[in-house]
Formats: sequence, structure tokens, C-alpha cells
Amino acid sequence: MTVSGRRPGPIVYGALAVVLAVSIFPLYWSFVVSTRDNSAIGEKSPVLLPGGNLLANLRAVFDTVDFWSAIGNSLIVSGTVMVSNVVLSSLAGFAFARLRFPGRNSLFLLVVGSAMVPAQLGVIPLYIVVGDLGWYGRLEAVIVPGLIGAFSVFWMRQACEEAVPGELVDAATVDGCSLARTFWHVAVPSIRPQAAVLAMLTFMTTWNDFFWPLIVLNNDSPTVQVALSQLASGYYTDYALVLTGATVAVLPVIALFLLLGRYLVRNLVSGGARTFT
Amino acid sequence: MLRGPWLARADRRVTPILFVAPFFLIFLVFGLFPLLYTAWISLRDWQLINGDGGFVGLVNYTKLFADPNFYNALVNTVGIFLLAAIPGMLASLGIAALLNRPLRGATWWRTGVLLPNVVSVAAVGLVFGQLFGRDYGVVNWALGLVGVDPVDWQASTWSSHLAVASMVMWRWTGYNALIYLSAMQAVPDERYEAAELDGASRWRTLWSITVPGIRPTLVFTVVTATVSGLQLFAEPQLFDTSGVAGTGGSDRQFQTLTMYLYEKGIGHYDAGYAAAIAWVLFVICAVFALVNFRLVRRFVGHTR
Repeated sequence: MTVSGRRPGPIVYGALAVVLAVSIFPLYWSFVVSTRDNSAIGEKSPVLLPGGNLLANLRAVFDTVDFWSAIGNSLIVSGTVMVSNVVLSSLAGFAFARLRFPGRNSLFLLVVGSAMVPAQLGVIPLYIVVGDLGWYGRLEAVIVPGLIGAFSVFWMRQACEEAVPGELVDAATVDGCSLARTFWHVAVPSIRPQAAVLAMLTFMTTWNDFFWPLIVLNNDSPTVQVALSQLASGYYTDYALVLTGATVAVLPVIALFLLLGRYLVRNLVSGGARTFT
Repeated sequence: MLRGPWLARADRRVTPILFVAPFFLIFLVFGLFPLLYTAWISLRDWQLINGDGGFVGLVNYTKLFADPNFYNALVNTVGIFLLAAIPGMLASLGIAALLNRPLRGATWWRTGVLLPNVVSVAAVGLVFGQLFGRDYGVVNWALGLVGVDPVDWQASTWSSHLAVASMVMWRWTGYNALIYLSAMQAVPDERYEAAELDGASRWRTLWSITVPGIRPTLVFTVVTATVSGLQLFAEPQLFDTSGVAGTGGSDRQFQTLTMYLYEKGIGHYDAGYAAAIAWVLFVICAVFALVNFRLVRRFVGHTR
């Protein structure tokens, strides 16, 4: 009987229920406002039950901005960034965790160190470079810089340390199996759950990325977040409209959660030795 | 059969480099190059509309260090960071420890804590602007129930910091908890069994087994949380729903350094000055990240 094997009591569930309620409330409340009209936010005591205005609000959102193409753009951007992060960082993580090559440790330290470079810092030159490349207002401007990140590499390296059996990798090498095949047949099957979680997190953060898309994309090719900020800007903000758009914008991410959420619960193989720091 | 071993050796030498190369390629082009380019721009009088006005030395920096708005933004940034990061990280650890128990419906609890991160930042800004509204806000309404006078959250420095920090915490606590949880799941059961044999309390087990067990992840998230906390932009920007982009309230009560950078660079087209802000921000981030890195490493101690 292990500590983590003991069934938790009502206190644990109670505490988590509070956390969950706090997590969900703003989401629920924005849904409620999206089913009403703008007056709902001016009530003395908060409005907590849905009304019947959802369809009218939806129509207004899709009439005001080109929300379909915004959703399409966001799907392209987040989908590409997600796939590329998972693939590229799995390769890098596998190499850092299980392969021997000169400079491995210092290169990995560089990955960790690169996380110290604030993304916002490069905004001015990136803005200029993107202009030179002719990417201003184009999706490449938000896709290419995000193709792989330090967090993804760190995450997949941890995953490989935990899940990829080193003896199997060595055995495959001795048998003359190429590293690409070893990666495919030994590493990929064991890191699938962590890769799925990384996919979720990457898609979600890219989907909600705000600062950089706001700067480089214009109104002709917005992502969902840029379109939402268009809805929200101006002298007069129609809360019902923005929150309706926001509610729609959440749906693709929720769909992905339903698809991949089960990987958040892992049947763990016992942890391998970890060597970082 | 001469080709075989040669190919195999080349494979073993070259392939690992190819595997890690994409990261460094992207980092070089979109991380390191902009960093150095920014340093160069910061030494020039560079207006985005008129173009490069030539080398001016450290003028942008001397102007910056005499600029009260810069110090205001610096204090705001560090203040909001401390208000949000410390309680946020501890809460993430606690929530992760709870989620690490064998719960009924574990998937739902775990997905649930990620929900704040799903919501569009624009909506978060509106919702929190509303929650912390002066006249009809839910927070003031709740405070009123216990007899506290309504607070004008956006108006003063400390109250707006508190509101923005709560926004940041709300968005990121669950996300970090999930990352910790993932690391916790890899802590070997034998360590827990040993702790239980020794009669360690749950609290004690958390600090002596779980936390050291997830040390690499802890160190990494502290570094990234420091950097992202110090370059905070979206939350304070959206908290001010009616204001001009980048100013952070009527009196710059919650203008962060990145917002000031945005105001100067994108709003006023002063790329040279904005680049100087960016470089100072980078140095601050690096110093904070290194200090926190060392603190966490010392605090958490060695696993083995």
C-alpha cells in the first residue's frame, strides 16, 4: 500500500471542488452574458442564469467580423505549431536523453538558458525582419517563430528520461538499427502520453497567443484572438458580443481536450534515473 | 559490406546533431538574432516611420534611466510579479499534490484546472474588468455582503496590482499545477513507501519526497515563470478595456515594462528607445531568473 495509493477523503475533493469552481466561474459567466444582451453586465447583483439571446449574438458576431476565417487562421497556426513542436521536440528530447554526442550537456543548458530570453524582447527587430521577409499580415509571421520552443524540448527530454528504456536503445544500436528507426520503434511508442499532453498545451497556448499576432497580423488575416480584440475595441464595448465570440473561440480547444484529456492520467511505469541538475 | 559500418558510424555521429538542430536553428533566427539586433537598434536613433537616424551611442539608455515612467513601469512589473508568482507557484504545487492522489474521475479534475487557460485573453480581460468593476462588479458586491465599502480597483496602484495579479494567478495556476503533476507522476513509489515506513506526515512527504523529486521541472518552471511574469503584457493591457494601448490605466497605475515598450515602440514608433527598454528588460529577466534558479536549487536540495 503506497501513500499515493490511498483513497483520498472528502477534504481533498472539497478543496478541489473549490479550485474547480473558481476555475470555471469566469468561463461560465461569459457564457451567461453571451446568451443575454449587453445590459446583463450592468445589473446590481450578478446575472447567473442563461437567457435566450445566444443566436442573435452569434449572428451579430459573424456579421461584425469575419469570424470563420479567423477560426480557420487560428486552426492553421495552432495546428502547425502543435504538430511541429511535438515532432521536433520529441526528436531533440530523445537525443538529449538517450543519445551520446559531443556537447550534449552544454547544449541542453543552452536550451534551458534560452528560456531566459523574453519573447517580447525581440519584438522590434522581429517586426522589422518580418517586414523584410514580406510576412507582415501573413500567417508565416506567427507560425515560423513558434515551430519549436525551449519548453517543448525540456518537456520531451523529461518524457524520454522517464519512459524510454535506455537498454532497448543500446540493444537496437548494437543490432545495427539506425537512430531514426530506433526513435520510431523504441522511443515513440513509450512517449505517446507525454507527447499528447504537450500537443494539448502547445495548441492551447498558441491558440490564445495575443501579443505577437496583435502586432504582426492585420485585420485581413486575424487569428481568433485578434478578431476578438477587434470586437472589443472602440468607444463602446458590447460585452455580450465579445463574450459570445470568446465562447465560440473556446470550443476547438475544448474539443481537443476531450480528444486528448485522457492522457493526463498516466499508468506509470516506474521512473527511470534522471540526470539533469 | 564496407558501407555498412561506415554508414552506421556516420548515423551515430550525425543523427543526434540533426535531431537537436531545429531548436537551435529557430532559436538562432528568432531568439538570439533579435536579441543582438535589439542591442544594435538601441544604440541608434531609429524611428519606425522615418527609418534609421544613425548611431547615437547610449543616449537612449541615459534618457531611459532619467525617465520616471520607466521606473514606474519597473516597480509595477516587479510588484505584480511578486504578488502573482509566489502565491501562484505555491498554489500550483498544492493543487498538483491533490491531483496526484488516486481520484475518482481524475481526467475531469485534471482537465478542469486547465480551463482558465482555455479562455481567450480578450474575454479574460473583459470578465475580470467586470468582476473588479467599481459600480456593478461581483467582487465589490461580495465585499458589500460582508460590509466592506466598494473599492475602485482600477484607480489606485495597489488595488489594480492586486486585480491584475489575481488575473495572472487565475490563468496560470492550473497550467503550472498540471506541469508539476506530470513530473510528480514520475516520482518512484518506493520513495513514498520508505517515507510511510518512517511514519512521515503527508506534509512532510510533500516537502521531502515530492518536491525534491520534481526538482528539474521545478527549476525550469521557476525560470520560465520569472521571465514570463516580468514580461507581462496581455493581462494588464486587457484589464484596461477603454484605455489607449500600452498605458495601463489613466495614471499608468498598472503599466508594465512590456506595455511601456509597446507604447514607445509600436505606439510612438520610437524603435531605438523601445529597444533600450527591451534590453534593460532582458537584463532584469536574466538576473531574476538566475537568482531564482539558484534559490530553488539550494532550497530544494539534492535528490540523491
